[in-house]
Amino acid sequence: MVNFKINNIDVSVEENTTILQAARKYHIDIPTLCNYPDLEIKSDCRVCVVEIEGQKRLFTSCSTVAREGMVINTNSPKVLNARKTIIELILANHDANCTACPKNLNCELQTLANKLGIDKNRFPTVLEVKPIDDKNPVLVRNINRCIKCGRCIDVCKNIQAMSVLDIMGRSKDIEITPAYGKYLTDEFCTYCGQCSSVCPVGAIIEKDDTDQVWEALNNPHLHVVVQVAPAVRVSLGEELGMEPGSIVTDKIVAALNYLGFDAVYDTDFTADLTIIEEGNELIHRVTNNGVLPMITSCCPGWINFAEQKYPDILDHISSCKSPQQMFGALAKSYYPEKIKKDPKDIFVVSIMPCTAKKYEAKRAEMSVDNVNPDVDVVLTTRELGKMIKQMGINFDSIKGEEFDKPFGITTGAAAIFGATGGVMEAALRTVYEVVNKEELKDINFTDVRGTKGLKEAEVDLGGTKVKVAVAHTLANAKIVCDQVREGTSPYTFIEIMTCPGGCIGGGGQPYGTTSEVREKRIEAVYQVDEDMSIRKSHDNPDIKALYDDYLEKPLGEKSHKLLHTHYKARNK
Amino acid sequence: MNQIKEILNKYPKEEEYLIEILLEFQASKKNHYISSEDVSVISKYLNIPESQVCSVISFYTMLSMSPKGKYVIQVCHDVPCFVNSANNIYDKLVEELGVEDGETTEDKLFTLEITECLGRCNESPVMRVNDKVFVNLTPAKVEKIINDLRGENK
Amino acid sequence: MIEMKVISKRFGKVDPLSIDSYIKHDGYKGLEKAISNHPSHIIDEVEKSKIRGRGGAGFPTYIKVRALSKEAGKKYIVCNADEGEPGNFKDRMIMENDPHSVIEGMIIMAYATGAEQGYIYIRGEYQIAMNIMKETIKQAKDKGFLGKNIFNKGFNFEIEIRSGAGSYVCGEEFSLIESIEGKPGRSRTKPPFPTEKGIHNLPTLINNVETFANFPYIITIGGDKFAQIGTNSSTGTKLISLSGNVKKKGLYEVPFGTSIRDVIFKLGKGVKDDRKIKMVQLGGASGPIIPEYMLDMSIDFDRFENFDSKTGTGAIIVIDDRFDIFDILLTNMKFFVHQSCGKCAPCREGHIQIVNLLNKFINHRATEKDLMSLENLANVIQQTSLCGLGQTSMTSIISSLRYFRDDYFAKVRY
Repeated sequence: MVNFKINNIDVSVEENTTILQAARKYHIDIPTLCNYPDLEIKSDCRVCVVEIEGQKRLFTSCSTVAREGMVINTNSPKVLNARKTIIELILANHDANCTACPKNLNCELQTLANKLGIDKNRFPTVLEVKPIDDKNPVLVRNINRCIKCGRCIDVCKNIQAMSVLDIMGRSKDIEITPAYGKYLTDEFCTYCGQCSSVCPVGAIIEKDDTDQVWEALNNPHLHVVVQVAPAVRVSLGEELGMEPGSIVTDKIVAALNYLGFDAVYDTDFTADLTIIEEGNELIHRVTNNGVLPMITSCCPGWINFAEQKYPDILDHISSCKSPQQMFGALAKSYYPEKIKKDPKDIFVVSIMPCTAKKYEAKRAEMSVDNVNPDVDVVLTTRELGKMIKQMGINFDSIKGEEFDKPFGITTGAAAIFGATGGVMEAALRTVYEVVNKEELKDINFTDVRGTKGLKEAEVDLGGTKVKVAVAHTLANAKIVCDQVREGTSPYTFIEIMTCPGGCIGGGGQPYGTTSEVREKRIEAVYQVDEDMSIRKSHDNPDIKALYDDYLEKPLGEKSHKLLHTHYKARNK
Repeated sequence: MNQIKEILNKYPKEEEYLIEILLEFQASKKNHYISSEDVSVISKYLNIPESQVCSVISFYTMLSMSPKGKYVIQVCHDVPCFVNSANNIYDKLVEELGVEDGETTEDKLFTLEITECLGRCNESPVMRVNDKVFVNLTPAKVEKIINDLRGENK
Repeated sequence: MIEMKVISKRFGKVDPLSIDSYIKHDGYKGLEKAISNHPSHIIDEVEKSKIRGRGGAGFPTYIKVRALSKEAGKKYIVCNADEGEPGNFKDRMIMENDPHSVIEGMIIMAYATGAEQGYIYIRGEYQIAMNIMKETIKQAKDKGFLGKNIFNKGFNFEIEIRSGAGSYVCGEEFSLIESIEGKPGRSRTKPPFPTEKGIHNLPTLINNVETFANFPYIITIGGDKFAQIGTNSSTGTKLISLSGNVKKKGLYEVPFGTSIRDVIFKLGKGVKDDRKIKMVQLGGASGPIIPEYMLDMSIDFDRFENFDSKTGTGAIIVIDDRFDIFDILLTNMKFFVHQSCGKCAPCREGHIQIVNLLNKFINHRATEKDLMSLENLANVIQQTSLCGLGQTSMTSIISSLRYFRDDYFAKVRY
């Protein structure tokens, strides 16, 4: 143990504890800016400086390890002045027109300035206004707001192994941009949005599509339907002031009804459908000497990654569309038939934890009539939160409601799609019973659960043990993809999710997603599963009814037309 | 393209040789710059992201991604030269070349840059033309140097 | 004679491109003596010599050397030849005139510490020095002073040259390490120090060119004898880069303890056109600016410590009374605006605001409040910056606020 003093309080912490960690343990507040849990310690912003007795300079508490006998002051006049000066300097080179920024009141720089009592700036602005990157359908980069904390570079390079962004130039002229100062395109960015998730200010943000939804809702000719992804029900609460891990499924339905949607559906339904199609595809590949391992296809960030970086292994990826797009295809084919409406009058909105879904919905092949998109608008969890606030809905007290039919019944298998390993587990619950023709004794495949980056499990399928793997984050995806590319992959089936923790950690989820928050959301996901009366996709009676009524059989002709897709190598 | 390969093959495929490779690439080109095609080739050879290569080029003043003149003239402007009338040298160059700091003449012969200390303060004021350093300058000397270079390219 | 030529004794006498010429002038004698002893003996001698780093900060060299020797496994020795501090040319002069002394010093250190790989990081602008050093390494290799099983002592050592590419901050240890690794020169958080985690996160000893050039001499005459040269706190000799408005600019070698005035007037022959000295900047752009009345100060690390700066590089820039303090400060600060790596906020955003404030003084638009702002900002940049650049760039401002305060008041608008 190391014993020392902070602000005259005796503290005692384990060896190799930083001053910041020690202070937090003792509820002493030291403000930070570039620091973000789970990412590298950068000590770039210098806001967390403290005074160490006997030293002339100030030291960043985030990076300085506490030593025996240190006497530390976290809020001496010298420290407070330095912090204030640094924030003023940053503000002088920042587009500080706060009310014109989507991060207003949700901005770490703004909060810090307020906390440090900055109501005017001693320094004149030195901001040179530069063009905004908003040429893609997903992310908007406004480098006039960038404070060069480096979090986006870190997440893109170290978590996602993409390195789309880096620092260009030096000194006051540095800019965080893609190579050659280019705008983001689908040639080299997966649109995973993790950068937007960690940005402390409004420098990288998802494209706001809420106006299109308001417009559709106000158009009396349109029948506006909405689908809600599995991971949204365990995270939206945070956007509206609730604790991480709050399960708000029925409240979301009520709020969406209140917003004026004509029907509110659950993407869980098409998640079940995905399991039936994908499970059968896997069985088909295994029994017909097909291309193996098969890799899941629900995650659009991963699909972009594969098309850019692994064009040679695209035939390993399941041809199944994602649950969002299966829903979209049904909503523009089966559904209008059923409710006797012109498909052109159906407007489909998705609520997704994801930014890449915005791109997926815009893919040309995601259109059953080859003209109009199956999913018209994708909103992130954050954007839905914004609409609920705009509408003045008191989310906390709103009375819960149920999803509409005909896609009403869903299963626990679908619910766990939101967590890393969930698609794998859901698929195994079905594939095991279909292949082995016996009931699973324990449906919980705990080997594939949890936040470990790479997980594997073994399953007995028809007398042979097959190995499966689950990877989340693209850095981990790279490891399993390299094996597939080299022909050394020991697996039969692989699940890949782009974001840390799976969709619950998606790029469109509420800000402040840390590993602690992810754990809570994951816990909630499995709680939702436990609470369901049906927990296997092939036991879903509405799915059975859909096949009987319309699709006929898994991998059948209609399925192929509506529920499956293809991938293409990107020109580069 | 062959020349590019020749340079690359001299170096191990390790990230730490990036700057050495970039310097040699640039020196081999008459316009003193690294094109985006070069970046792409180098990034593939070293197996590092293009964004990282661009980041390195943009950090170092001796590396450039835009073409420069045949002669890059760098005038030192730091205190030891400054107090020895480096201003007059710069002004004379502006007068002779008709361009200012960071600009290239229309005939693509000269690029003028203000640079940091060249470590020849015992012979200030100084300037560098490509790899060659000229010392103890006077406006008259500058005029002669420029005229000589122009003469070589007639 | 106030000059004492130890490091520069062979300048002009040996052919820098000939190892035989160097050997004829007692070259590689230090190495020969070193390897006849146990490595720990060399470190003891370095400790006894009390030599402090010649790169500017004046850190006791033996501490770093001993730290490296205690590290197991692969480790590196780096010669910092990224001499970018305006007003300095001593390292270039050593490399151009007596390059083998640097190589010899590096080999001695390799033997003492067990490092098998060395780098010389030379700033890209020093093309001549770079070519000479490359040739020098080749010759040392041919003679068997570098390579495998040197002098049949079973120790191996190779040296590679790495070129800078135009960046002042790469003279800072961690920026230099990043640059050797092929990256932009953006510093890292300390600790850990390079001797614990340097190049590729392996233990790394970084010394200045002049420091390395001292080792053969220390070993030859012995640490105790070396410690008798100079002063108590600063032993040995110092190469002084004398520039600015003096009659005889140039490189001079004097024992520590020599007064700045003597260097300027006895060696530099006084001010050009016999003008008055307005100020003298020590060390380079990151050094203090002192008035004429302080010139009796001796060249001594302990004296320099008062300035919190890299004064110890040994540069003396004399500025006559035609110049205003603000001309010099603005030139310095524009330099730092350009040279900041951009990583940490106070340095990246601070220097440009310092320039803005100085311009207010220059244009007679400054108020007393601006004076306070300038003082405050300079202190914050110095106290909070990540690396040596921001920690020392304010020295000229802070020292001028101390010694030339009236010049500021003269520009303040009331």
